[in-house]
Amino acid sequence: MHIHLTDQYRQRESIVHHLDPRTKILVALSLILALALVPAGAFVAYGLLYLFLLAAVLLARIEVPYVIKRSFIAIPFALAAVTLPFTVPGETLATLPILGGLTISVEGTIRFVSILLKSWISVQAAILLVAITPFPDLLWGLRALHVPAALVAIVSFAYRYLFVLSDEALRLMQARAARSAVIDGRRGGGSLLWRGKVTGRMVGSLMLRSMERSERIYNAMIARGYQGQMRVLNRPQMGRQDYLTLIVSVSLFAMIVLLSWAI
Amino acid sequence: MIPRLSIFLLHIPDGFLTAPVALVGWLLAILFIVLALRQTREQFDERRIPLMGVMAAFIFAAQAINFPVLGGTSGHLLGGALAAIVLGPWAAVLVMAAVIGLQGLLFQDGGLLVMGWNIVNMGVLTAFTGVAVYRLIRNWLSDDRAGLIVGGAAGAWLSVMAAAVATSLELAASGTSPLNIVLPAMLAVHVLIGVGEAIITAGALLLIYSTRPDLLRQGTDAAGQKSSVWIGAGLAIALAIAFFSFIASGNPDGLERVAGDHGFLGTALEPLYNLLPDYTIPFVDNKTVSGIIALVIGTLVVFGLVLLIGQLARRRRAERVQ
Repeated sequence: MHIHLTDQYRQRESIVHHLDPRTKILVALSLILALALVPAGAFVAYGLLYLFLLAAVLLARIEVPYVIKRSFIAIPFALAAVTLPFTVPGETLATLPILGGLTISVEGTIRFVSILLKSWISVQAAILLVAITPFPDLLWGLRALHVPAALVAIVSFAYRYLFVLSDEALRLMQARAARSAVIDGRRGGGSLLWRGKVTGRMVGSLMLRSMERSERIYNAMIARGYQGQMRVLNRPQMGRQDYLTLIVSVSLFAMIVLLSWAI
Repeated sequence: MIPRLSIFLLHIPDGFLTAPVALVGWLLAILFIVLALRQTREQFDERRIPLMGVMAAFIFAAQAINFPVLGGTSGHLLGGALAAIVLGPWAAVLVMAAVIGLQGLLFQDGGLLVMGWNIVNMGVLTAFTGVAVYRLIRNWLSDDRAGLIVGGAAGAWLSVMAAAVATSLELAASGTSPLNIVLPAMLAVHVLIGVGEAIITAGALLLIYSTRPDLLRQGTDAAGQKSSVWIGAGLAIALAIAFFSFIASGNPDGLERVAGDHGFLGTALEPLYNLLPDYTIPFVDNKTVSGIIALVIGTLVVFGLVLLIGQLARRRRAERVQ
């Protein structure tokens, strides 16, 4: 039984896919940084940066609807900024007939919309990054960019066992449901505390099993000659197209950011 | 799709924090990760990577295990406190950093630029508050089991609250939400989420205690367990300073006042560079909040430096003994 934690990599033949992982990581991060540096209300700048992203998505032959569909993940967090139209002082845009006349300001709405747009475009940059880079390559790229090797190795291990342990968690939940006589539309039985304790024991049991599993993994690796680091055979090389892409992208972003502040 | 994303409001996406604020988060995250890598090296040696990797996968999977709380909502585990109590706080920092890294990279749950703060909030703050409170209560209560339950529950609950407070401060410092709205809202929501965390953590600890108590005992010798109370206290103080300092006075301090009165204020030279000019952060409009954040940065940087110096001193002493 497998759950729907899907691999986000979309294998295609495209010039974007062939870039070095370091290039892809750096360009994605630069785009997100550029978005963060552009002031609120600079909608033209957001548009230009989004056009760049769109061009990259198209060049990579990734389906735009796919990227957009996955981008809605950050929407719930918009709640955090939703008070801006009401709290930022400025010219009144509208007045709501509740709470004795709640005013919405132009500045506040611009700030709110700006944050939403920045967030939305940033998420799509991250989506594209994993869509064009196989995860092990992405991790190698991070290591090549001087992220501590031990940390990258931990992440790569976690990635490998994510699916195994998530399956175990699902099995635990299925077993609980099977023993709970759960009826649709009715909340489960017992008190909140009891339900919580049962869940706690499930988590504790999974934790123990994970620790013991890691012991077995460690012994298996030692038996196969593990000495503490993961070795990589095929190291990607930065080519001309990588440096070109980096220089062009970062200059473009820098120009957009500077102009957005000047105008 | 695994029902994981329901009520966590702690994974900040990109766009909700300004670049300077995000940068500070990264500096702190890097500092704590580097320290954690150093601290865990002796304790775990080569076991370190397989163990923490699998533990990170465990935390990720455990976050999916839920139980119905009220109506359609469910309680979840964040896991920082639990990981810190069982593995030690420094190990927990690495484990949670891996979880947050995976969530951000693979599933875009949490941004990339803001990942520094996500790691600090959900990895560092939860780990240290959780384990500090746990140890304090455990040492205070004589009964083992009671200490486990109460300490684990209290540590877990406080860890969630600490993360919520920190997240609110970061959002306020970025001008995304006014502090007087986001802080009460975050705290109110997370009081309940914290209860779920507390119950699950206590339940998990109880199970481990009844089947493999040796693992818990091992955990008490883990790297950072003994100093965790001091580190946890330090972090709590930094947070409290940030929280309460918005009522700080705007008047100049003694020397500045005297200089103003006697007219030699203007003879002071300009500093070579302005990192946090006048205890403010450029780009942050709200003077009060930027002052708070500057304070927090200052406190944490000093804190981090003291920790680093302590580490180096301890190593120098150990080398000399050998």
